Amino acid sequence: MAEVRYREALNQAIREEMEADEKVFIMGEDIAVFQGAFKVTQGLLEEFGEKRVRDTPISENTIVGAGVGAAMGGLRPIVELMTINFSLLALDQIINSAAAIRYMFGGQVGVPMVIRMPQGGGHQLGPTHSHSLEAIYLHVPGLLVAVPTTAADAKGLLKAAIRDDNPVVFIEHEALYGQRGEVPENGDGELMRFGEAAIRREGDDVTIVGISRQALIAADAAQTLADEHEIEAEVIDPRTLRPLDLDTIVESVQKTNRAVIVEEGWPHGGVGANLAALIQEQAFDHLDAPVQRVTGADTPMPYSKPLEQAAMPHEEHVVKAALSTFRDL
Amino acid sequence: MAKAKAKKQQQEQTYSSDGASAPAVDARSPEERLPRHARQHHDLPDREQCEEILRKMLLIRRFEERAGEMYTKAAIGGFLHLAIGEEAAIVGATLAMRDTDYLISTYREHGQALARGTDPKNVMAELFGRQDGVSKGHGGSMHLFDCERRFMGGYGIVGGNLPLAVGLGLSSDYQETEDATVCMLGDGAINQGNFGESLNLAALWSLPVVFMVVNNQFGMGTAIERASAITDLSKRGDGFGVPGSRCNGMDVLDVRAAIEEALRRAREDRTPQLVEAVTYRFRGHSMADPEEYRSKDEVEEWRRRDPIATFGERVTGEDVMSQDDVDSLDQEAQSRVEEAVEFADQSPFPELDALYDHLYAYGDQVPGWYVVDERAPETHKGEDLRDSSSDAMRELAEAGAAYAKVGDAEDRRKRSDPEEGDTESAGPRDEEGGAD
Repeated sequence: MAEVRYREALNQAIREEMEADEKVFIMGEDIAVFQGAFKVTQGLLEEFGEKRVRDTPISENTIVGAGVGAAMGGLRPIVELMTINFSLLALDQIINSAAAIRYMFGGQVGVPMVIRMPQGGGHQLGPTHSHSLEAIYLHVPGLLVAVPTTAADAKGLLKAAIRDDNPVVFIEHEALYGQRGEVPENGDGELMRFGEAAIRREGDDVTIVGISRQALIAADAAQTLADEHEIEAEVIDPRTLRPLDLDTIVESVQKTNRAVIVEEGWPHGGVGANLAALIQEQAFDHLDAPVQRVTGADTPMPYSKPLEQAAMPHEEHVVKAALSTFRDL
Repeated sequence: MAKAKAKKQQQEQTYSSDGASAPAVDARSPEERLPRHARQHHDLPDREQCEEILRKMLLIRRFEERAGEMYTKAAIGGFLHLAIGEEAAIVGATLAMRDTDYLISTYREHGQALARGTDPKNVMAELFGRQDGVSKGHGGSMHLFDCERRFMGGYGIVGGNLPLAVGLGLSSDYQETEDATVCMLGDGAINQGNFGESLNLAALWSLPVVFMVVNNQFGMGTAIERASAITDLSKRGDGFGVPGSRCNGMDVLDVRAAIEEALRRAREDRTPQLVEAVTYRFRGHSMADPEEYRSKDEVEEWRRRDPIATFGERVTGEDVMSQDDVDSLDQEAQSRVEEAVEFADQSPFPELDALYDHLYAYGDQVPGWYVVDERAPETHKGEDLRDSSSDAMRELAEAGAAYAKVGDAEDRRKRSDPEEGDTESAGPRDEEGGAD
């Protein structure tokens, strides 16, 4: 184990999988010579050359579509999109092609590819570079969706995604690229699996599910709840939204009887809305309070720093939401 | 009808005004619209090849006619886009291809599958939405596919197949094969952003792709001159580094020659090519099209250039085949199509259990819930069952009905009968006891 940054963990995953399999290659805007807008692909061009590390024009829909076609032709492409907002230009290829092809052609061909993209606010990038849109991709049958929070998950899940035979939308978080964490070396430890939530902290009083970076905010909030309110929160990071480890979440709620879901994205039709529906269907009689959601503001992301901060969920919101599930006591 | 007639008159008036509000109608005759070199003479190939050409074109024609009939009898649902009139473009192109080349097409693609050798039975069964359809009833008319024959699909989004063609070309180039890709698109796709993006990328990366515009002169009901500022579509690749050429889409030999040359350049010179085949569809955009946007005379004029009739006349006129030979090929095509209809009719609808089939590849790594079934309240049994026994959730998933950690029906069958297969790969969660 070595301590590395989240971006380096991603870089290791790509490098190791490219070393292991000739068919794996990466393409995207500014990923080769410029070495990535967030430096995830640093050094890859030098190591693997132009054939396997490909700069592309700014043509998101065609980059993704070319990845789909290459996957149908037997390769295992990794496509990097510079931000999740830009991925909207590729929605046609992601939804109408990548997600649908195996199904609509009766299983004759698969689309083993990874579409990586960072999301999230906090850098004052305003309304077209800062959104959290995992709910859009969660919505689509045929896609797998990963939202890694830690460096170890970033590496482990990306390696698993590259080896998976399904199209994977792999959502990184801009504010996490610099976070450090312990990460296994190549060949060290088992391959991580999709569909397994991580319990970041155990507790009996309230379940807090944090999505993407909000899993870290949830952990901070849990500490505050313990320190200041004698409430022991169980913090769950689902790590992947499809497949979803609903069992771990429901089992936790059955124990705690309370649930809070924290996400940076919009409230309507969000991940929390979905999870709240599933929890009430599965554990209605176990709930002692309505499922609470903490989400980003229901607006485009504003630029001005105080406004941007006001539009994002913070620890205090999570603490309040958790406390509100105890209001009957 | 009166309303439609009035609307048409109004349109005609608009066209004949000063032209400020709408482009003048393009009054060019087929002769003027077809490329100049269309008058170029191609010698007939030998008898065997002539037979092959006619056999394929007739099969497509008869198949499409019969599909149209089946649509009006409601045996086929949804949309049905027929390619009657475009047979030379389809057959000419596929004749120029190697078996290992990829063909990727639009949603008007029954003929492309047939020309690549897909059994008409399975194509018709797909149109009927049956289990034996090429896509097992999941795709329908617009989404045929035949992996074995490298027919890489029909796509329902205009221009949506272009990036995929670039990817297929990339996979051939990357794996250092000699395979090339022919990507068919309609004239309507020319104005999608994908067109420029894909041509640029193919040229930038020197990929062996031939983009073939099957210009039937209408994007649904909008004439090409009402949608494209430049109607010589072969020029549209110039700014992207993709050389273009035009061919007579009503002449199977001209199309074959053009695609052969384009494939040669794409394959050998690693320069993607754009080929425009000027053709005409004799029927509406889809079966639902009342065709109010063009005159019967115009259609008639193009019908005189019917690619099958004209080729038939040539082979008989030059004594390569007799009229009886041609008629017997036609008979053969009709009986193959008849068999296909009977086959499709006999083929069962897919089991409802197949609803979730082929959605995901279930590897050995993934537990968790792939899909959630919320179709009816009675499927919301999760809580009771979860509380009553840990096996219950598994049973539910195996039944394929409820909150399904569903695999394919095949996987579920294996799981319910463990001796049949590897249970571990089908559902690792089962091994872990469901509610751990």
